[in-house]
Amino acid sequence: MTLSVEVEHELGAFRLDAAFACESGVTALFGQSGAGKTTLVNAIAGLLRPRRGHIEFNGETLFDSACGMHVPARKRRFGYVFQEGRLFPHLTVRQNLVFSRMFRRVAYGAGGLDHIVELLGLGDLLHRRPGDLSGGERQRVALGRALLAGPRALLLDEPLASLDAHRKEEVLRYLELMREEIKIPVVYVSHAVEEVVRLADTVVLMSAGRVVAVGNVEEVMGRPDLRPAVGVFEGGTVIDTRVAAQDMDDDLATLAFDGGTLTVTNVDALIGEPVRVRIRARDVSIALDAPSRISIQNVLPAKVVSIGAPVSGVVDVSLAVGGTALRSRVTKRAANQLALAPGREVYALIKAVSLDRSGAR
Amino acid sequence: MSALELDIVLLSLKVALWSVVASLPVALAVAYLLARRDFPGKSLLDAVVHLPLVLPPVVVGYFLLVLLGRSGPIGAWLEQWFGVVVAFRWTGAAIACAVMGFPLMVRAMRLSIAAIDPKLEAAAATLGAGRPGILFAVTLPLALPGIVTGVLLSFARSLGEFGATITFVSNIPGETQTLPLAIYALTQVPGGDAAALRLCIISIVLSLAALLASEALVRRASRRALGYDAVGRG
Repeated sequence: MTLSVEVEHELGAFRLDAAFACESGVTALFGQSGAGKTTLVNAIAGLLRPRRGHIEFNGETLFDSACGMHVPARKRRFGYVFQEGRLFPHLTVRQNLVFSRMFRRVAYGAGGLDHIVELLGLGDLLHRRPGDLSGGERQRVALGRALLAGPRALLLDEPLASLDAHRKEEVLRYLELMREEIKIPVVYVSHAVEEVVRLADTVVLMSAGRVVAVGNVEEVMGRPDLRPAVGVFEGGTVIDTRVAAQDMDDDLATLAFDGGTLTVTNVDALIGEPVRVRIRARDVSIALDAPSRISIQNVLPAKVVSIGAPVSGVVDVSLAVGGTALRSRVTKRAANQLALAPGREVYALIKAVSLDRSGAR
Repeated sequence: MSALELDIVLLSLKVALWSVVASLPVALAVAYLLARRDFPGKSLLDAVVHLPLVLPPVVVGYFLLVLLGRSGPIGAWLEQWFGVVVAFRWTGAAIACAVMGFPLMVRAMRLSIAAIDPKLEAAAATLGAGRPGILFAVTLPLALPGIVTGVLLSFARSLGEFGATITFVSNIPGETQTLPLAIYALTQVPGGDAAALRLCIISIVLSLAALLASEALVRRASRRALGYDAVGRG
């Protein structure tokens, strides 16, 4: 499934001129406020008719200014989750969820009402009205409503922007669950690095109405030349894991990934749930022998893959932990003292507390 | 209530009911246009809609008579092609009431339609709703408090309508003599005071009931439109 977008539009003095294409998986439209992300998504959804351009989904043209074609929003079958939720206030949660049933025969994508209700934890809310839901609950309902409309692609426009940190975490967790469930392209608009890092496979970096870079999260966000558009971003590695065990007494979770396990604090997820962690390169130390009598909880056998060029006394070392890549940032002197070279067997040391998931930066 | 009084009350209710039923769809359409669309002549339409509110009712009644009377352009046409006569009939009374209540109905509906966030309608479109779907599933339910208010205001106005009715369809007992007209007739004959007073009291009771009902309905409808349970929880 491919969504390809090429749009030019003017809104007052603002000019949008952006193009990108995405496949199944989560594509983040990332950029600061005013970069034109929402305008672009509205054009994809069919809520805005751009001046010029071409939008195509799986070979089907949805918009083409050259031949004056514009498929209306209702026929595009793109689920849209808005920043403010936009639940229908006169309907119960249940009625909101099945709203599309009134208009579409094939209303149930993604496994039917019961499944979505369970996936998003909406069971207790079904008979309530949007007026007395919390912000996080509203966004979960909005997400369920979009999924139940049988979408071919999902557009999420800063769904967490209006939530406080706690609610954000609550909804992020459900987004992570959903991410693995559905096999359609997801366009996720955000200006928050931690959301992009946790959810996105590909990042489309936007600035002042233009696409400035496309690529995977680490590639794009770590590029020094893009720093003005990205903001402060610490290099690191994203690892997809699954919860293997929860130690309630010590408040620690064990996450399994291809290459071993990680012990982490602060993971509010059930055993078996997918969890993404991001390990900043500077939080990874390297040892030649497995250290004993040390506070560090994560000691992972690794192999040096390559060593980057030194930049002001610092080098980035690429490691392989089983089948998973891991970056470590150490001083040039340390790399020399340990005689690090590609192929060398080492141990990667990561403090459990450095893996606080909210500190993605 | 005597049989005669009951007849008068029933006739008044019939006239008021039909005036509301007939004007509701038109008023909704006009309210929607005024709230949501920009078009040349919008201010003129707005002014025309409000005319019955500021004109003396006699003027409205007279124009209705001129246009819809049996020799009037529209009246003659109606009679010739459909065999319908409205002058001096209860249907004519209903038309007079509908015209007089129209601005009240449109005002209330327009306000509540204008208050609806168009973003909700956009959200409905992404969920597959076309224009009629959006209208019936989102816009109208959300405008319900205004619609209810408009209907009841116009209904109450119809129950009390006097000038336009008496000018257009006269004061014919059993056909066009609604409550206010009957009261007026009774005050014109010697010894009719007691009977007039009885009708006045009936009139007050009817109006109060309409107001209370409207209050309750509006409260219920607005709670819903705001996203709370209609009954309210604790």
